[in-house]
Amino acid sequence: MSSSSETAQITPIAQPMLPADLVKPRMTLPRWTITALSVVVFFALWEILGRDVNPVFGSYPSAIFLAFIDIVRDGTLLPAFLESCKSFFLGYVLAIVIGVPLGLVIGRFRFAEAALGIFVTAGYAMPLVALVPLLVLWFGLGVAVKVAVVFLMSVFPVTINTWIGVASVPKSLLEVGRSFVAPGHVIMRRIIFPATLPYIMAGVRLAVGKAVVAMIIAEFFTALSGLGAIIINSANNFDTATMFVPVVLLMVMATGLTGLIGMIERRVAPWQSELSGRDSA
Amino acid sequence: MGQVAFAGVSKWFGVRVDGRMQGVQALKDISFTVENGQIVALIGPSGCGKTTALRIAMGLESASAGRVLVNGREVRGCGHDRGIVFQHAELLPWLTAEQNVMFGLEMKGMRGDTLRDTARRYLDLVGLADSAGRRPHQLSGGMKQRVGIARALAIDPEVLLMDEPFGALDSQTRETLHGELLDIHAGTGKTILLVTHDLDEAVLLADKIIVLRAGALQQTINVNLDRTGLDLAEMRTQPEFAQVRLRVWHALHGTPTGH
Ligand SMILES: Nc1ncnc2c1ncn2[C@@H]1O[C@H](COP(=O)(O)OP(=O)(O)OP(=O)(O)O)[C@@H](O)[C@H]1O
Ligand SMILES: [Mg+2]
Repeated sequence: MSSSSETAQITPIAQPMLPADLVKPRMTLPRWTITALSVVVFFALWEILGRDVNPVFGSYPSAIFLAFIDIVRDGTLLPAFLESCKSFFLGYVLAIVIGVPLGLVIGRFRFAEAALGIFVTAGYAMPLVALVPLLVLWFGLGVAVKVAVVFLMSVFPVTINTWIGVASVPKSLLEVGRSFVAPGHVIMRRIIFPATLPYIMAGVRLAVGKAVVAMIIAEFFTALSGLGAIIINSANNFDTATMFVPVVLLMVMATGLTGLIGMIERRVAPWQSELSGRDSA
Repeated sequence: MGQVAFAGVSKWFGVRVDGRMQGVQALKDISFTVENGQIVALIGPSGCGKTTALRIAMGLESASAGRVLVNGREVRGCGHDRGIVFQHAELLPWLTAEQNVMFGLEMKGMRGDTLRDTARRYLDLVGLADSAGRRPHQLSGGMKQRVGIARALAIDPEVLLMDEPFGALDSQTRETLHGELLDIHAGTGKTILLVTHDLDEAVLLADKIIVLRAGALQQTINVNLDRTGLDLAEMRTQPEFAQVRLRVWHALHGTPTGH
């Protein structure tokens, strides 16, 4: 469905008589330049102000960058990063694979909503940090417990968003399915799911941040490993610059992932951004 | 092949006003019949229950009392024997015009080349062949409405239920589609129940006009317009057109007709 319609939307640009202002909308700055500028200003300020602070209490970009080079050279960063990524992605993907269908079912069926909704709502507010020691008892100190913590932190935003999405599908669209005698699973797959997709993607985005936090928590509490170990070890040595390396790295990674999800969203649900008239979010 | 009979249909809605439940009666003991192959217009002011009547016939809403029979069988839910054109088109926003038409056809079990060909044919019929690949938000209100008409026609139902299908159209397009509808009707002999609040439309298209007022059936008016070989402009010049139009006008305004 996407490939043919995609080309159909691109073709008008090839037509010679299209007015120029359609091809190049307005003479405003592209979004990314504003973002880039804002980031540059932030780092410049941090660099200038950060230099005056005692290096134990704070750090600044150039020092962090040097520390970054150091731990890349001595070979601690890459294995730690891969180690963290493994539990992050396993838990995160599991949260989506389980959270989306769960949200669809809870949103669709009154019985499921009454029976399970309350656990999802309560689960979202679960003070996970307090439960990590318990999870360690259940899952041991290996990858399993980290995956479990990441999963538990990110599954609820995905589920809740999907649930809200299903609940807000207009009744009139469901009636289109009913009036053409679509069976329940077809209404679910071809009406409810596409109508809910923007909500699902929002949940999937929110879950990125949750999953990053969960991953570090898990690494603090279990056998010290991954990026969490670098943070703890360098903090114990009062090496603040090195401590900031994984912190910045994770924020960069989460931002990149969120952008990637936005791109995927515009591919799988192009009508949404066209409807709202926004180029990106 | 398609007869629709309303038999003593009433409908109450529960509405919450200022925290208190109130009963609203949308339809009061409505009885009339759409004979096989007839076009019947349901006319009345806003809020008189036209959409409600149509939704009950479609099976989207159940009657509080009485029943609707299609070909003698009581309506319990939707079926492929009836096709509906919604008042606000209700296209699926993620599908193109063509895919929207195909959706209904697929639900009937159509697959492959016939599926696409049939969808194209009906889009062509409503004059949207060039916009087949556009999504609803890239279509005007009237174009959306025409996709909705194509979607309902395409599944070839015995009874076509249309809720103000031409309401959002300019008068020229409306005339064109009036002509199309009469052609389709002449060609297929479909039974059509058409909701409208346009007097001319009702008189031009319908064999029988049901006038509703505040949920009650006010009057049933037969139309004996000669439509054979005439275009819409010529039909308007018939004395029958003016007479029926006046009678419906009086029925709508609750004044005696003088006949
Ligand atoms: N789901 C509902 N809940 C409560 N009241 C309703 C509902 N649907 C319709 N009504 C009421 O029933 C009455 C008839 O509504 P209906 O939509 O059938 O009118 P209509 O004749 O189609 O009007 P219009 O020409 O404006 O479309 C109105 O008073 C309306 O408020
Ligand atoms: Mg209505």
